[in-house]
Parts: sequence; C-alpha cells; structure tokens
Amino acid sequence: MIWRALLGRFSISVVTLFVVSVLIFIGTNLLPGDVAQILLGQMATPDSLAALQAKLGMDQPGYVRYFMWLRDVATGDLGFSKAGLGAGNATPIVQIIEPRIYNTLQLTSMVAVVAIPVALFLGLLAAMHPGTRLDRTITFSTLNLISVPDFLVATFLVLVFAVYLGWLPSIAYLRGDETGWGLIRALTMPTLTLMIIVSAQIIRMTRATVLNVMSSPYVEMAILKGVPRRRIILRHALLNAIGPIVNVIALNLAWLVGGVVIVEQIFAYPGLAKLMIDAVLVRDLPLVQACAMIFCASYVVLIFVADMASILSNPRLRHPK
Amino acid sequence: MSETQKSMNPSRQFDELPDAPPKRKIRLSWSGKIGIAVLVFWAIIVVIGPSIAPYHEAEFLEESLFIVPGSDEKYPDTDFQPPSRIVLLGSDYMGRDTLSRILFGARTTIGISFIATILAYLIGVTLGIAAAVGYRFQYRGFTIIELDTALSRLNDALLSIPSIMLGLVMIAALGSTIPLLIVLTGIIYAASVFRIARSLGQEVMVSDFVEAARVRGEGLWWIITREILPNVAMPLATDFGLRFVWVILFISALSFLGLGVQPPMSDWGSMVKENLPGLIYGSVAPLVPSLAIATLTISVNMIVDDISAQTGGKLAKRMIS
Repeated sequence: MIWRALLGRFSISVVTLFVVSVLIFIGTNLLPGDVAQILLGQMATPDSLAALQAKLGMDQPGYVRYFMWLRDVATGDLGFSKAGLGAGNATPIVQIIEPRIYNTLQLTSMVAVVAIPVALFLGLLAAMHPGTRLDRTITFSTLNLISVPDFLVATFLVLVFAVYLGWLPSIAYLRGDETGWGLIRALTMPTLTLMIIVSAQIIRMTRATVLNVMSSPYVEMAILKGVPRRRIILRHALLNAIGPIVNVIALNLAWLVGGVVIVEQIFAYPGLAKLMIDAVLVRDLPLVQACAMIFCASYVVLIFVADMASILSNPRLRHPK
Repeated sequence: MSETQKSMNPSRQFDELPDAPPKRKIRLSWSGKIGIAVLVFWAIIVVIGPSIAPYHEAEFLEESLFIVPGSDEKYPDTDFQPPSRIVLLGSDYMGRDTLSRILFGARTTIGISFIATILAYLIGVTLGIAAAVGYRFQYRGFTIIELDTALSRLNDALLSIPSIMLGLVMIAALGSTIPLLIVLTGIIYAASVFRIARSLGQEVMVSDFVEAARVRGEGLWWIITREILPNVAMPLATDFGLRFVWVILFISALSFLGLGVQPPMSDWGSMVKENLPGLIYGSVAPLVPSLAIATLTISVNMIVDDISAQTGGKLAKRMIS
C-alpha cells in the first residue's frame, strides 16, 4: 500500500515538472521578443536575420521546438548561451553553469547545516514554554523577520559587520582559489543572511507543529496520568512531530531558492542565481531557461521529499482518497 | 411574574434562538493598534505624499544648497549627504532628496502592490468559489470539463514554481513595464488565493445551512452571494493583508534586482538597490527605503496576527503553511 502512495506522489511530481517545463518554454520562446533581432541589432539585413533564425531553429513551429528542447535537456545538452552566438564563438551553457552550481550548492548546504539545528532548537524551546516571555520574544521577532524584505537583513548585516566593525568583507566574490579561512570569511555574510531568513520560517513552523501535537488527546492523556513534562515532550510529542518537522525543513530548503536570488545579487556571489539575473538583464533566454529549469527542478524535488516525509510518518496519508 | 403568565407567553420559548448571530467585535491589542496607526500613516502618505514632498522625485539638488557658510568650498558634493535641515533624510547617489523620493515612491510601491493584490483576489476568489461550488462546463447535458479538477491541476503546477523564478522568466521575455508587473504579480498570487478560497468555499458548501438552502430550492447564485461569500469574507480579508505583504516584498525584490519599476520613477525596492554603494560610506540612503518597507509590512502582519489570534488561531495555522 505504501508503495502505491509513494508511486502516486512520484508521478504527480513528474507531471508537475513537465507542466513547469512547458510554462518555462512558453515564457522564454513563444512570447514576443525576437532573439535574433536582439542579437543582430536594428541594422540587420533580412537575409542575415533569416539565417540566424534558421540556425537557432526558430523557423520551426512551437511544439516541435519544445520537444527538440526537451530532448536536448534530457540528454544533458542545455544548448548555447546567446551571448557571442552572433559572433560565432558561442559557449555551451553546461560549461557556464557547472562552476556556478557548485558555488550555489556550497552556499546553500552551509546554510542548511548551520540553520536547521539552531532553528529546530529555538522552535522547540518556544513550543515547550508557550505563552512565556521567551516564547513571546521568539514569536514576535520571527514574525518581524519574515515580514521584512530579505535585502533589509542583508543591508543591515553589511552595515554592522562590514562598515562599522570592519570584520568581514561586504561582498563575497570568489576567485576560485580561496581556501580555509579566506573562503569562510567570504561566505560568512551571505550564509548569515540566508540563515536568518530561513530559520525564522523554520522556527515558526516547528513551534506550530509541536504545539499542534501537544494539544492532541494522547498528550492530554499522558498529562492526566502524570507523566513528567520532559518525558511527554521527548517521548510522546517529538516522535510524532518528526514527520511534520522534516516536511517543514524540506519546504524551507525549497524557499532558499527564492532567498538565494537576492542574497547572491547583494553580495555579488558568483552562483547560479546571480548568473540567472545577469542573463535576464541581457535577455539571454537559453541561459534563463536552463537556470529556471534547474531551480524549479530542485524545488519540485524538495517538495516531493517534504510530501514523502509526511506520508512515511503518518500512516493515514498512505491511502490517498 | 406568575407561572401561568410565563407559559402563556408564546414568544418565551424562542428566547434562546436569536434571529441573527451577534456581531463579532474585534478588540485589537496594543500591537494591532500600532499596526493600524502605521498603516493609516502610509495610506495618508500615498494620497498626499507628492504634494507635501519638499522636492520632486527626479530633481537634482543644487550645489548651492550644501555650501557651508564660512567655508571656501564652492561646489560641494550633493550625493550621499547625511541628514540635515536641507535634506531631512539625506540625499541619494545622484544627489536627490531621499525624503521626497520616499514620499513619491510610496504611491508607486504601495499602489502597484495594492492593485496587484486586488487583481489576484478577483481572479483567485472568482475561480476558487466557482471550483468550490462544482461548476461544470456542459454541452448538451454532458460534462466536458469539471472546473475544479482542471483548475486545481493548473494551480498545483503554478504553485510548484517559485514565484520569483516565474517573475524572472516572464520579465526576461517581455521586459518590465508597470502594467506587466501588476498583471504578472496578480496571476502569480492568484494561485495561492485560489487554493484558500476553494478550501474555504468547500468547507461552507458541506455545511447544514447550505444544505437547507438547497432543499428550500435556492439557486446557485443565491447560495454563493448569501451563504458562501459572507462566511468566507472574514478569513479572506485577513488573508488579504498577508498576501498584500508578500506582494510588496515580491515587487520590492524584483525592483531590487533591477527588474521591477524602472528609473527615473522612485520605488522603495529600486531605491535600496541604487543606493547600495553608499553603504560603505555609512550613508542612510539605502537604509531608509528598506525601513519604509519594513514598517509597512510589519504593521500589516501585526494586525493580521492580532485578528487571527482573536478568531481562535485557526487562521494563524493556515497562514504559516
């Protein structure tokens, strides 16, 4: 039975990914805005325009181009960046993207490793003492943190740590040969910013989840029969909250996708999101397409993991209606 | 009053069934009141801001304004000036008055976000309620499309793309203009409004009073306007506040990336971006617009939090997920 539920969820993810790819393709290909025209400029002759359009496969109907593109993506060929294509020295997108993916993964995994334990601890702390001053402080400050723009957190941190204290560099540009201390110094500010943004969410959701479990009948039963509070939380509530909490973590890692766009831009961090913004600014659509696909795919995968966690932890969800 | 009188009074036995439910009164706590005050302040600024601004949003300040009496400097810098009596909140990177730009930008930022949120609500609530009541496209008695199924699938796909990615792809394809920004944001956020309106509507649709109305022979339109809408209005109104915050953050983030509102119009998000280099000189120019956004979003969130705490916290739960 459980396999059927998992398989069902998996097929939903695949369908979603397919729909997402269609949406991205429509967004970058079928809408007005002739790339060949942009590349060659206003002075282009009709002949050279038609030649470049044929070279880019733009004379084919939309659905044919979609499947050609999908086949290429599936075989790992992301096409060529439009930059320099007119001049004849196009760079394969895979080559551009590869180091950037590595950099972004480096940043996000560092955030995940540091932020998740801290956030879980604070969320549990707030849930264990609901209504106290500690709980109110945590709830109020996280509410404020999730309602301010990401770049406010970043600017504020730069002002404190880079301008007034002068401890850390205000940008996180990587040359590629940093090791140890230098790398940590460069990564600290973006990591800290992302950490603050992500943990505010995790703290709030962890607190709500544990409080939800705490109000369930079996916890009430445990209280009535005189089980010590510590034991109730660690043995009864926490074990039942693990599934929802893993769900929370996966969802928040997916939200990192949005946060990383802002943070990489502020700190000039050479990651995938910065690459994508730059590509949007020069309207390098194949590159935008490739980056958007990677981001959306990782998002869908993380959401899938989140659902998986709740299905595995809650037997009632194993039988989809 | 004697026993006979009591039993003879026919209206007596209906005393416990009032003909209309008592009006729910919401008493805001101090945090909610502060929120309302800040919100009212910004609402007034939106209306009268440009007329009370000391300078125009695109006006470069005269160098003569900054000449310190008794000094030889005839041509002082006008950019990144600290707050003074001439420029109450300092000047920006091009020597424009920050306060005036904040006052003008309030209309742009809040106006665009508000219209986009309303658009999202018009689309989301209409389709959500239509899906909840089980509307079907029929042709000669056969159901061609069940609206609920069709919309829910499309909605799942839309929700599984991070909103910033969708925004980036669309702006890459179409460029950035204010109408496009509003429509784009409206559609992106209509997806989550749809989900909430649909689930709220479904809750009401299975209730006894809708059942009673149906048995009475009321039509679909009557049920929607008299039974469903009044019952979902309050939760939706609270959700509107929260959605408004996210739209403000989304539009500011796009502007911050240089892809939202284009210069020379002032907008809080782009004001942060263009003045970011001033951060290393300790200029307040990038901080003031971020704080403006923060006060607005935090105040709305405080009101929403306060109201949802009074309506039993059911809303709070829905909102964090």
